[in-house]
Amino acid sequence: MPAELPGWQELPLAGTVVPGLAERPRTGSYRTGVRPAVTDALCVDCLLCWIYCPDSAVILDGTSFAGIDLEHCKGCEICAEVCPTGAIEMVAE
Amino acid sequence: MARLKMLAANEHGTPPLGAGHSLCQGCGIPIVVRTVLDAIPGKKVVVNATGCLEVATTRFPTTAWNVPWMHVAFENAAAVAAGVESAQRALRRRGLAGEEATIVVFAGDGGTYDIGLQALSGALERGHRLVFCCYDNEAYMNTGVQRSGATPFGASTTTSPTGSVGLGKLQERKDMTEIAAAHHVPYVAQATASHWHDLALKAERAAAADGPAFLNVLSDCPVGWGHEPRRFKEILDAAVETRFWPLYEIADGEHRLTYQPQDYVPIDSWLRGQKRFAHLLEPEHAELVRHIQARVDADWERLLAVSS
Amino acid sequence: MTAQLMTGGEVVAHAMAQIDPDVVPVYPITPQTPIIQHFAKLVADGRAATEIVNVESEHSAMSAAIGSALAGARTITATSSQGLALMAEVVYIAAAMRAPVVVAVGNRALSGPINIHCDHSDSMLVRDSGVIQLFAENVQEAYDAMLLAVRLAERSDVLLPVFVCQDGFTITHSAEPVELLDDETVRAFIGDYTLPMPLLDVERPTSKGPFAMPDYYFELRHQQVQAMACALPAIDELGWELARLTGRPFSAIEPYRLDDAERAFICLGSTAGLVKDVVDELRDAGERFGLLRICSFRPFPEAAVADALAGVSEAIVLDRAEAPGARAPLYADVAASLFGADLELRGHVYGLGGRELHPDDVHEIAEGRCGLYVGLRGASWPA
Repeated sequence: MPAELPGWQELPLAGTVVPGLAERPRTGSYRTGVRPAVTDALCVDCLLCWIYCPDSAVILDGTSFAGIDLEHCKGCEICAEVCPTGAIEMVAE
Repeated sequence: MARLKMLAANEHGTPPLGAGHSLCQGCGIPIVVRTVLDAIPGKKVVVNATGCLEVATTRFPTTAWNVPWMHVAFENAAAVAAGVESAQRALRRRGLAGEEATIVVFAGDGGTYDIGLQALSGALERGHRLVFCCYDNEAYMNTGVQRSGATPFGASTTTSPTGSVGLGKLQERKDMTEIAAAHHVPYVAQATASHWHDLALKAERAAAADGPAFLNVLSDCPVGWGHEPRRFKEILDAAVETRFWPLYEIADGEHRLTYQPQDYVPIDSWLRGQKRFAHLLEPEHAELVRHIQARVDADWERLLAVSS
Repeated sequence: MTAQLMTGGEVVAHAMAQIDPDVVPVYPITPQTPIIQHFAKLVADGRAATEIVNVESEHSAMSAAIGSALAGARTITATSSQGLALMAEVVYIAAAMRAPVVVAVGNRALSGPINIHCDHSDSMLVRDSGVIQLFAENVQEAYDAMLLAVRLAERSDVLLPVFVCQDGFTITHSAEPVELLDDETVRAFIGDYTLPMPLLDVERPTSKGPFAMPDYYFELRHQQVQAMACALPAIDELGWELARLTGRPFSAIEPYRLDDAERAFICLGSTAGLVKDVVDELRDAGERFGLLRICSFRPFPEAAVADALAGVSEAIVLDRAEAPGARAPLYADVAASLFGADLELRGHVYGLGGRELHPDDVHEIAEGRCGLYVGLRGASWPA
C-alpha cells in the first residue's frame, strides 16, 4: 500500500464522506478511442443528451446546453444516439 | 406536464448524482436516479440498498452523491428508510426538524423482488411516507448477472445459463408492481429509464402521495443484457412497444395506462438484439417465444380490463 | 425515591418512558415482550411521545434503528435470542456506522433446539460485533443500566450501540423492589441527543455507509477499536455520575468480598446474586471465597479483572454459554486477562436453556466435586 494514504485517526468518523471534500475520479479514461463532438449550429437545446447521459457529463449553463465534460464522459454514445438533430457525432479522439 | 428545463432547474446547479462514479458505460441506473430526483420538488434524502448503484457511487473516500445518502445492507433499504422517515416524523412533532425532505429509496431488482421483499412489504403495510424506486435490470448485475425473481422467462444469466441442455430461466418473473399495489398504498407505477417524461410525472406523483409510493423502473444493462450501450433507448422503447413492460400507474387503487402502443409489435422486437435472449430466436425454440408472446398478450388484456 | 415492586421488563419500559426516545422500532420475541408491551401502553397513555415502529422482523428493527439514529433521532430497541441472531448482520453494521442505539436484551438461549429460557448464548453470538454489552445483576441494575447506556452510547468518543442485557425470565419476569429516579432527574442526566452530521441535516449532505476496498477497510474499522477503548473508562465515569443521583454504585466490574479472598468465582448476570449468598455461607464456614461479577462484558475490563484477582490462588469461571470445540466465552476472556498470573484457573458451564443453578451446585463447584458441565445428565466429556 502506498505510504501516503491517511492513518485511521485522519479518516472521517464511520467513513462518512462529505461530497464537497471528496475527490471525483476522472472516468473519461473509460473511453476506448471515440468521443462525442458537438456541432453547435445543429443543437436545439432540447436537453435530451443531458437527461440521458449516465455520467452527468453534459454541462449546462443555467438550463442551456453548454458542452460535454470529457474528463468524465465514458464514451457510451447515448447522446449521439438520442440527439434528434444529429448535432452530436462520435469522432476519433 | 414536466419539461426537461424544469428538471434541470430543480438541480439548482448541482446534480443529485454527479460524475465520477464507476457505473458501466451506458448504464440505465443513473438516468433513473437523476430523472426521479430532479422531478421531486424540495429536499431529498436517499437510502440505497447494496448493489451496482451503491457500490459504484461510494467507493471510499469518494462519493458521487450530492444529496444526503445512506447505505446499510442489501435487504433492508426499506427498513432503514422507515427508520429515517420515523425519525423525521418524530423530530417534526417535537419541533426539532429542519426542512422536510422526501425520502427516496433506490434498490435493484434483487434488493426489491427477492432479498428486499420483506422489508419493503413491511414498510408499505405500515404506511411510511417514502418513495421506493426499484431500478429493475432483471438480474443480480453487480455480482455477475445472476438470475433474480425479476429475470424474465427465457433469459440467460450466469446462474440460469443456456447450454447444450439449458434454456435459460424457465420460471416466470414476479409481478412486483402488482405485489406492491396489493398493499393498498396510495401510489404505484411502472416506468422505464428511457421514457423520461413518463417517469418524471410518476416520480412527482409518488413524492406527493400521502403514504408509501412504489416505482418499478425498467433499466437496461448493456453488460448483463448483451447489447451496445448506445442502444439504451431503442431497447427500452421496444420493451414498451411490445407491451412486455406496460407503462401504467395505480393511484388509490385505480389502474390507469399512461401510454398505449398504437400498433401490435411482436415480442421478437424486444428479444432481438439482446444476447441474453439470442438462443430463443433460434428456430427450434420458437415454442418458447410463442409462450412469452402468449403471456405478454394475456397480461396486457388483463391490464386493459382493469384500467380506466 | 420510593421503592416499588417491578419486573425487569416493566422497569426497562419505565426507563424508556422516562428517557422518552424519539423512535423505537421493535419486533416481539419471548422474553422481551413485556418490555415492548409495557412501553407501548405507557406511550398510549401519553407518558412518552415516542414513535413506535412495529416492524416486520428483528433484522428490520435494527435496520430502522440505524436509519433513525443516524437521521438524528434518539433510538432504542429490544430483542432476545433468535431475534438477536437474525439482526446480527445489522448489529455489526450499527457498530461500524457508529449508531448510538440502546438495545435492551432479555438473554435467552439460541436454537436449536428452540428454547425460550435464559442463557447467554445470544449475547455471545455478537461478542465480536463491536457493540458494548452490559450485564445487569437484577431488576434495579437493569433500570440503572438503561439510563447509563443512553449517555454511554451517545458520548462523542464512543458513539456505539449499547446492549443492556438482563437474564430472561429470571430478571425480565421476576418482580423485585426497585427505586426509580423522578422524570426530571432522568431527563437532566441523559440530556439531548446530538449527533454529528445527521442524515436529515439536508443543508450539509453526507454519504454514510461506504464501500471500502482493502486499502481502507482496516483503518475504517480501527476507529471502532478506539471507541471501545474509550468506552471502558467512560462506564466507570458515568457510573460515578449516576451513583451520585441513585446512591448505588455502577461500574465495569463488581468485586464482592474479594479483598482478602483466596479463591474467587467469576460470572455474569443474575447468577451473581446466588453466588454472593454462597460466598457468604462459605465465609461463615471459614473459607475465604469471593466473587468477581463482570458487568461490562464488552469492552472486557481485562486490566481490572487481572487486578481484582491478583491475590487469589484459584479462580473459578461460571459460563452460561458454551463454544463447542473451544473454551467457553467468559472463560476465554478471563484466561486471557490472567495469562502469566500465578493461580489455578477452572471453568464450568451451567444453566444452558434455563437449567436452574442451585446453591448446592455452587457448593459442589467450590469443593471441586463438580464436573465441567454443571448438572449434566450422563457422562461428562472430558471425563
